[in-house]
Amino acid sequence: MAKFHFSLVSPERELYSAEVDQVDASGVEGDFGVLAGHAPFMTALKSSRVNVRDGSTIRVFQIEGGFADVTPQGFTLLAEQAVEVV
Amino acid sequence: MASLKDMRNRISSVKATQKITKAMQMVAAAKLRRAQDAAVNARPYAERMAAVIGNLAAGVSGDGAPKLLVGTGKDQRHLIVVAAADRGLAGGFTSSIVRAARDHINSLINQGKDVRIVCVGKKARDPLRRMFGDKVLESFDLSAHRTLTLPVAQPVADLVLDLFAAGDVDVVTLFYSRFKSVVQQIPTAQQLIPAVVTGAAKPDLGGACYEYEPSEEDILEALLPRNIAVQILGALLENMAGFYASQMSAMDNATRNAGDMIAALNLQYNRQRQAQITTELIEIISGASAL
Repeated sequence: MAKFHFSLVSPERELYSAEVDQVDASGVEGDFGVLAGHAPFMTALKSSRVNVRDGSTIRVFQIEGGFADVTPQGFTLLAEQAVEVV
Repeated sequence: MASLKDMRNRISSVKATQKITKAMQMVAAAKLRRAQDAAVNARPYAERMAAVIGNLAAGVSGDGAPKLLVGTGKDQRHLIVVAAADRGLAGGFTSSIVRAARDHINSLINQGKDVRIVCVGKKARDPLRRMFGDKVLESFDLSAHRTLTLPVAQPVADLVLDLFAAGDVDVVTLFYSRFKSVVQQIPTAQQLIPAVVTGAAKPDLGGACYEYEPSEEDILEALLPRNIAVQILGALLENMAGFYASQMSAMDNATRNAGDMIAALNLQYNRQRQAQITTELIEIISGASAL
């Protein structure tokens, strides 16, 4: 399956930056999932969990507000605060 | 000529000073590593945010554009935010930032602009107060915060935003020291308002157009104030790394100077002791030969 570049950054550091299959997040106007080749869009995010799937591994992050920027080059998630949920 | 006892005291006091500077150098080196990591780790967020704002700014124009992005259309009242260290003993760290800010402020004043100053860090306050007196509006003391996070930078950003929202300032510039390497910190001026859109090259969207949730303006409205806090935090983190680097080399110099001084004093002490012994011998010998 085609992959795309996803990076999750918080003001303190970059938590994740790699090629992934799918990312699910919650925007202020609804949840969404991003796959490779998604149409460019930008949204503000709610405090929620973000699921990042790469192959069979899924990593979950808890974010507190932020912005998502999806372009053909990849998906950038600017979180105000983010921690990985183990 | 100082007595031998005085010289012994002098040497031991210089040795004590050397121990202190040596310890400070090692503490600064340890803290530098952490501060440097923090500064480097914070860069991606600021860069990405600048890129996102660049994307947005390319789409927003005209009257609807937020004031934080396009400015008030005037260039009369300037606010200068000077971020420097909270502590001293770091060589020319603070003075180089203050000097850069002073030159900028003086040139603005010569152009007949109104200037106001906000200091971050105790060490910038006194020299700026002395030079510009009542132009200094406010000064922040961040020495109580052990780690720099966004909530630390927020009060500074809030003050800037309040002043801007109240229509008291047109242009806001931030002065700090960019951490280039351990031996090089560059005093830098960064314009906060209006936002400088760097690399506003529109991303290649492959013919598609951006979707915004909520609207473009709403996102920018939320993003721009946040960006100011992020830029201030970035500057503070760079400052922190630069401060420790500067303190480390200042203390290294001080340790070396103390070493040189101890060597010189020791030489002088030994000579004097030798001279005294020689004098005593001469007295004994001449006394004996007189008999």
